[in-house]
Amino acid sequence: MLREKESLLKLCGGMGAFRLAAFHRMRLNRSNLCWLALALITAGYLLFWALLLGATATYSTPESWLQVLMSPEIRHATWLSLVTCSFAAGFALLLAVPVGYLMSRREFRGKSWLDAALDIPIILPPLVVGLCLLIFFQTKIGKVIEMGIPFTYQVSGVVLAQFVVAAAFAIRTMRGTFQHLSARPEEVALTLGCTRFQALWHVALPAARRGMVAAFCIAWARSLGEFGPILVFAGATRMRTEVLPTTVWLELSVGNLEAAVAVSLFMVLLAVVVLVVVRATGEKV
Amino acid sequence: MIQLENITWKTGDRVILADATIEIPANTYAVLMGSTGCGKTTLLEILCGLRSPTTGRVRLDGVDVTDLEPRDRGIGYVPQDLALFPGLKVRDQIAFAPKLRGLPPAEIEARVGRLAEQFGITPLLNRLPDMLSGGEKQRVALARALAAQPKLLLLDEPLSALDEGMRAEAVALLQRVQKEHALTVLHVTHSSSEAAALGHLHLRMNGGRLEFAPAA
Repeated sequence: MLREKESLLKLCGGMGAFRLAAFHRMRLNRSNLCWLALALITAGYLLFWALLLGATATYSTPESWLQVLMSPEIRHATWLSLVTCSFAAGFALLLAVPVGYLMSRREFRGKSWLDAALDIPIILPPLVVGLCLLIFFQTKIGKVIEMGIPFTYQVSGVVLAQFVVAAAFAIRTMRGTFQHLSARPEEVALTLGCTRFQALWHVALPAARRGMVAAFCIAWARSLGEFGPILVFAGATRMRTEVLPTTVWLELSVGNLEAAVAVSLFMVLLAVVVLVVVRATGEKV
Repeated sequence: MIQLENITWKTGDRVILADATIEIPANTYAVLMGSTGCGKTTLLEILCGLRSPTTGRVRLDGVDVTDLEPRDRGIGYVPQDLALFPGLKVRDQIAFAPKLRGLPPAEIEARVGRLAEQFGITPLLNRLPDMLSGGEKQRVALARALAAQPKLLLLDEPLSALDEGMRAEAVALLQRVQKEHALTVLHVTHSSSEAAALGHLHLRMNGGRLEFAPAA
């Protein structure tokens, strides 16, 4: 009798285990289904982008791209874009390092407001940034500055328009970089005889090298795509203040779609190179 | 000699250090114990000058250093995570303070060589911190702090990352270093065996106050 009872209990236990396994399988399947749905959404989005770029890339032939890119106007715009973006990104980095360091290392009253204010160029409509620059240089202070360095409708204006927006992105990157670095080595450096500036120079900056490369690249890429502020503040004069995004707009406005496509694809290529460099530093755009 | 006079430190409404007062004679190895989060590290940071006390004064050898910058206090500090400078070779870590003081290269080299030999890290001089073990990092951090020739050494749980075997070796090293450099040491630890082996003077932090504790 006792043995019968025991074997019955074992059987029930076995059935319980079977049910439990089935239950886990069902949960696993539901969980898999959820991941599959999310993966499909991601794949759909990437496919949409691949179709966009594919359609643009197959619109004309490589020969016609080369022909367009070798024209003197577009070569000038390319050269100007590369130079102005490099200057704007360099200036953005020079600003981003001290501001990012301050925002990551020091607590002070009104810090959250300052933090929000630093993001203003990111959320402002690009045309508004250009308009603000244009109006500022009509004020007395602006005119005094322009007596030294003319900006409005000049190449220096292109750099300034790119810098104003790119700096906000560079600051964000540098702030994140310093936040991820421990402040302890800098504090130890202070006890070893450093001033705060020396601790930044000898300890924090060497440790933040990768972040600085990423901030420069992000600012550079942002400057390359800048269009609205440049159009309003520096104009779109051929062979003078025309940069690559302006070229796309100018070519589109006269119906030369082939030239616009060739320049756009060249910009896509530059963006991919920047993305690869930034990823190699371990940062994200 | 370290004198802390009525040191208070508050963050918001929370009092971390409440009227902490103590005197540690020169050439003493003092060990400070206390529960986690009781303010031991905060006390070391106030001594170094990395934090300003809400109230109270810090005196070193009779001189009021409360308002002095960390670099002007002559204190060596080894934090819990050792905080070696990333990207600097061991040689440059030890030479960091002498270089800042503008010593001639030959003198810097001699000081680095002497400390490296004393701490048994001569073969490691060209290595980066990432290529060092926990024990090696600890010895480099100590050598780096002593290269500045401080009178006072603050150690924040410097042996916590070491295994038992290495810990015994490190305890012997610390005793030797304190004697050879005639240092006043304040060593924070959770380990009562470590405290018993090292401490001439035993302190305990309790409710934000400092008190002498009987040797274990």
